[in-house]
Amino acid sequence: MSVAITGSGGRARMSAASGAAATFDIAVVGAGVVGAAIARELARYRLCILVLEAAADVGAGTSKANTAILHTGFDAKPGTLEAELVRRGHALLARHATDAGIPVERLGALLVAWNEEERTALPGIAARARQNGYAAVRDVDAAELYAREPALAPGALAALEIPDESIVCPFTTPLAFATEAVVNGATLILQAPLVAIARGGNGGAHALRTPRGEFHARWVVNAAGLGADDVDRLFGHTRFTVAPRRGELVVFDKLARPLLRHIVLPVPTARTKGVLVSPTVLGNLVLGPTADDVPDKSATESTAAGLDALMRQGRRLLPALADEEVTAVYVGLRAATEHGDYQIHFHPEQRYVCVAGIRSTGLTASMAIAEHVRDGLRDGGLVLEPRADFQAVRMPNIGEASPRPYCRADLIAADPDYGRIVCHCERVTRREIVDAARAAIPARSLDGLRRRTRATFGRCQGFYCTAAVTRLLADASGRTVAELLGAER
Amino acid sequence: MTDDADVVIVGGGPAGLAAAIELRRRGVGRVVVLEREADAGGIPRHTDHLGFGVRDLRCLLSGPAYAARYVRLAQTAGVDVRTETSVTGWERPRTLAITAPSGRGSVRGAAIVLATGCRERPRAARLVPGARPLGVFTTGALQQLVHLEKQRVARRAVVVGAEHVSFSAVVTLAHAGATTAAIVTAEPRRQSHGALVWATAGWRRVPILTDTIVSRIAGRRRVEGVEVTNVVSGATRTIDCDAVVFTGDWIPDHELARTGGVVVDATRGPRVDTALRTSEPGVFAAGNLVHAAEAGDVAALSGRHAAAAVAAFLRSGSWPATPPVPIVCRPPLRWISPGAIAGDARPPRDRFVMRVGAWIDDARLEVSQGGRRLWQARYRTLVPRRSIALDATWIAAVDREGPEITVAVDRQ
Repeated sequence: MSVAITGSGGRARMSAASGAAATFDIAVVGAGVVGAAIARELARYRLCILVLEAAADVGAGTSKANTAILHTGFDAKPGTLEAELVRRGHALLARHATDAGIPVERLGALLVAWNEEERTALPGIAARARQNGYAAVRDVDAAELYAREPALAPGALAALEIPDESIVCPFTTPLAFATEAVVNGATLILQAPLVAIARGGNGGAHALRTPRGEFHARWVVNAAGLGADDVDRLFGHTRFTVAPRRGELVVFDKLARPLLRHIVLPVPTARTKGVLVSPTVLGNLVLGPTADDVPDKSATESTAAGLDALMRQGRRLLPALADEEVTAVYVGLRAATEHGDYQIHFHPEQRYVCVAGIRSTGLTASMAIAEHVRDGLRDGGLVLEPRADFQAVRMPNIGEASPRPYCRADLIAADPDYGRIVCHCERVTRREIVDAARAAIPARSLDGLRRRTRATFGRCQGFYCTAAVTRLLADASGRTVAELLGAER
Repeated sequence: MTDDADVVIVGGGPAGLAAAIELRRRGVGRVVVLEREADAGGIPRHTDHLGFGVRDLRCLLSGPAYAARYVRLAQTAGVDVRTETSVTGWERPRTLAITAPSGRGSVRGAAIVLATGCRERPRAARLVPGARPLGVFTTGALQQLVHLEKQRVARRAVVVGAEHVSFSAVVTLAHAGATTAAIVTAEPRRQSHGALVWATAGWRRVPILTDTIVSRIAGRRRVEGVEVTNVVSGATRTIDCDAVVFTGDWIPDHELARTGGVVVDATRGPRVDTALRTSEPGVFAAGNLVHAAEAGDVAALSGRHAAAAVAAFLRSGSWPATPPVPIVCRPPLRWISPGAIAGDARPPRDRFVMRVGAWIDDARLEVSQGGRRLWQARYRTLVPRRSIALDATWIAAVDREGPEITVAVDRQ
């Protein structure tokens, strides 16, 4: 299996025999949404970039399983780096999404108070929003709330409207960033967890050891998410521990989508933003997340207790959900630390940057974090020379708000395979699957294909199309059906 | 560009094809079947065992042979079967938007027959917790991988469910060289009959774990095992396996019906009257969309039954002005199909089909309207998720302007 993806414009080249290469200017450890955004930002400059990812795909960890909200940061803790970067990230990603083919819908959020105690908390939340530089928060009385959300359970007393809260695609976002980095020359190595490091002293490069070989880079950016504390320790720091907080999410059938128009938020507690119910850019409703501290960084299993609690909560918020089917269940681990804020630290003397503790706001803040890191690197002595030939990338927009290939006469006329729907629930065409298998960062697994195209994401979960979709991916990617199903003998 | 037809049938499985053939036999001119797969025939295409065709074609065929037979019969009858043609929504009442390799388009029918069938509830819809590795299938996906793609997809599987289809999954697994480690059902007894159980799982010595749920799926890349819990004793145990097959627990594929504003009832499919008319004028529904799931031949006979009413509608252009009298099931009965009475039409095969939510031994079923008893019968055992037939002789006695009809169980 090939795991290296090298962009056409890269100056460093993989040496197939040794797995080693010329020295990279900078290595980004982790290709989640944060690492990918950093790699993309740095790819705008004349730099030789390496991205190491432990998993078999980009954005396959925490980035893929979250509530997929593009936050305004109205409820962040004022004065924190997180508050600043979330606010800036919201603006950057909302703007970038249109050009990059990242599905975003500005639905607005309604933060609902269900009892007197919660109602009395609303003015404080509104004041905090203004403190965070977000002034568009507005009081909504019960009558208006029910006029705008008629399916909401009775009993709500009042709400705050946050008109700029949006939903975003958690799958396309990291992929779009990483693709732009790769297309502009970055080298992406998958299934390459960092296991050891030999720190380069005196201007020498760091040696990064992975199961895929040893790599050399002058600078290292630690964007390892759940593994960021381990990487930080490799550089001799002991300032935080990643304490994974598990969030379970339930996705409801597309036929439930008309039940809701906005993101419906609860009044947050000190610990979590609470369980929300929201439309998704793929046209479903999502409910979650739960919040459980777990000891294991791989504890991504759903639990009977978590699902049961969510289902009860869902029916309490939106009684009509009881009649709708569940399409999918997801579990994500937020990379929380013992600190209240992001853990972004610059160590020019070590040529090392730590980007950790990004918790659940990373999707929103990613582009602002990337800028922040870029500026820190420049201040630390990295020479940033803009590239004149930077190539922007537009991803296939898989969101419901944008015309899908199956309803585009122009695409079908150009290739009838855009008119051959293979995954019926999500209306994914044959050609889209082939496109995904041949993309700059290709789909190498059914999971990867799902995140790129939606194939088998839908209500039947592959009852109708597993065989056909797997066959198509196998043929287009030069692999076997058995391999893709994990059934090699 | 809108195409016009006398009847547009959505779905080219047994119900849709049988409806189309019967419409042509009755002299209807342009009958179009829209089938989204590359081949028509529906689920039987990949149900590679005997048992098809007995009640409709009076012969015993395998699923694939049965599907092929219907496709041939449709061609011979002059039905316009369009494969790789997906209906993506309604443009107007009785006008459907379609996507095909030839492009986007729409088809208008003087009448529409929805025959979109049903599917099994997948793992997520059943809220089975645990990891999400490869190797979790429904019977439908398993059959296609094994019979259409010739894949050996598992070595040792756990089958969830003990309905008829669950035992079919055991055979499909065996065909692919896999053993069935256990059949797991939350019910206190298996729901299939002795002969079928013996022919599939019995002689293979597959244990059937009753009162048992899958409480956790384990595995990183691929399934490594399941934890099962006895719901009565609370005892748990782990079963090593590399696949889990979720079987049965059928749900109608009702998206098109619902987005078209068709009223849905307790079947989760469209509520139809005995002539298989939906709540939308000119729109009919047949097959496993209205009773998920019956055998292929029962679905076909439902389609054939709908054709008679469709032909009559095309001739007269009339749709019942008064709403039909609904039939309501009292728990533990779950649903009845057809779910309403209109005019004098009798249901397909002169009987209603029902499902029950709990095991009931020695049950007396009573049909009544406004306190007036129309009919009653005794049943030895009512089995959840298994088809229960209800004789239709009583519909002559229904007051067409009267209140709803109720079907209830008197426990003895």
